Order: sequence, then structure tokens, then C-alpha cells
Amino acid sequence: MTFERLHEEPHAYLILAAMLLAVGIYGLIRRRTLIGMLIAGEIIFAAAALNFMAVNRFSAPDPTVGQVFVLFILGLAAAEVAITLSVIIAVYRNYRSVETHDLTELKE
Amino acid sequence: MNPFPGSSFIVPIAFLVFAGSTAVGALIAVKSARVIRSVAGLALCSIGLAGLFYFLQSPFLALMEILIYIGAVCVTIIFAIMLAEPDEPVQGRKTPGAFLWTACAFLVSAVIFVGMSRLSEQKSWTPPATRLTDGSVKAIGISLLTTYSLAFELISLVLLIAILGALVIARSGRSKS
Repeated sequence: MTFERLHEEPHAYLILAAMLLAVGIYGLIRRRTLIGMLIAGEIIFAAAALNFMAVNRFSAPDPTVGQVFVLFILGLAAAEVAITLSVIIAVYRNYRSVETHDLTELKE
Repeated sequence: MNPFPGSSFIVPIAFLVFAGSTAVGALIAVKSARVIRSVAGLALCSIGLAGLFYFLQSPFLALMEILIYIGAVCVTIIFAIMLAEPDEPVQGRKTPGAFLWTACAFLVSAVIFVGMSRLSEQKSWTPPATRLTDGSVKAIGISLLTTYSLAFELISLVLLIAILGALVIARSGRSKS
């Protein structure tokens, strides 16, 4: 693995995707507001998309398959964001807060 | 004829810039205390990811990444930030369990990162013997309308239902007040 051919090494992309997944899971555990958790979830989606594209580029016989899948991932992420944000706004209207510490009505 | 000195480093340096902006953007998105900064980090991460898609021979997806993530997702999250007040709570409520919780989260993510990196290094990725298509936009369009036409229709239905559901959920509280 030399520096000049770094962009043609599949490991570089796969390790970056693993790093994105780890960062996303860290954020999902650590964030204390709903919007912060949503952003961490988006980073996990990005990790999946990068993984699909790396495998598609380096070992798939048909290079359109991975691109179509990543396109579907982008569409699903957009739908997920729309639903989640409307839920967050409804929660904020009822509780005046989007912190996860305050949303414990089922626990009490 | 001698090439321009250092010209062979332009492409790897561009790759490193995109990979670095992806990683730094993701870290900003997760670590920043103010949510507007973490949305900016998500946008930076998306720009880097679009550049990486370009390196992976898919300029179409690079364009789509910028269009959908920065143009739609980040803008929608910013709208929600304007409607709610989602900043992380200040340090006054810090409990002794918070440090333990952070260490636990860091441990889980470090284990996942090391495990998946080792897993991807163990296998050597062999390129396929023959490529069936060239992966151009024309080939994507053909496969979207032939092989994946059902999934294509279904995802348009999912988007439609998501829009309707978002409207219904976000509207329900308004009529009461």
C-alpha cells in the first residue's frame, strides 16, 4: 500500500466506513437530545453507503448494483428524516423539550 | 518531457482531503455541544463522502449525495432546530455516571472500529474477471427501469407515505392549542 495508490486501495475506504459506523454508534449512545441522535443515525447511514460503494467498485461484477442500492439508501434516509423530525416537533409541542431525560412518561 | 514536479501526488492529496473532511465532519457532528454545529459537521461529512463517491467512479452518486444530504436533510434538520431548542444540556446537571457512560460508549465504538477494520484487512478483495456494464448513468437508468423497477416504485411510495405521515404527525398538536 503506497501513498500514491492510496485511493485505489479498498481497505482505505472500508476502514473509513468502519470509523464512520463507530462514530455514529458513539453518538447514538452519548447524545442526550433527539436531534443529536438523528444526526448520529445519518452518519451510520453514510457508513453503510460508503461500504456498499467500496465493495461495488472493487469486487462486484456489475458496477450499477451498488450505485442503485446507495440511491435507495439515500431515499430511505430522506424519508426517515422527514418522519423523525415531525415526531420530534410533535414531542416538543407536548413536552416543551427534546431531551431524552425528560421523555420518561412510560417509565414513571 | 518531465512532468510537473509533485504532479503524481495531486490525486492522493485530494483523496486525503475528502477522507479527512469525512472523518472530521463526523467527529464534529457527534462531539459538538451545539446542535447547529453538528449539522454543519454532517454537511462537511456529506461533502467528503461525495468526493469519495467520485473516487469510487460514481459522479452520479456524488451529485445525489450533495443534493439529498446537504440540500434536503441538513436544511430540514435546521428547520427543526429553529422550531425546537435542542442544545445539549449544560454541564450543571453532570452526574458521576456521565463519565462512566461516556467511557462505555467510547469502549463500544472502539471495539466496533477495531473489529471491523481487522475484518476488512484480513480479506483481499479480488477484482472480478469481467465487468457486465460500465457503471455509467445510462447503465444505472437501464437497471432502475428493468431489474430494480419494483424497488424503484416502492421507494417512491415510501417517500410519499413518509411525507403524508410527517404532515399528519406534525399537524396533530396544533389544532388543540
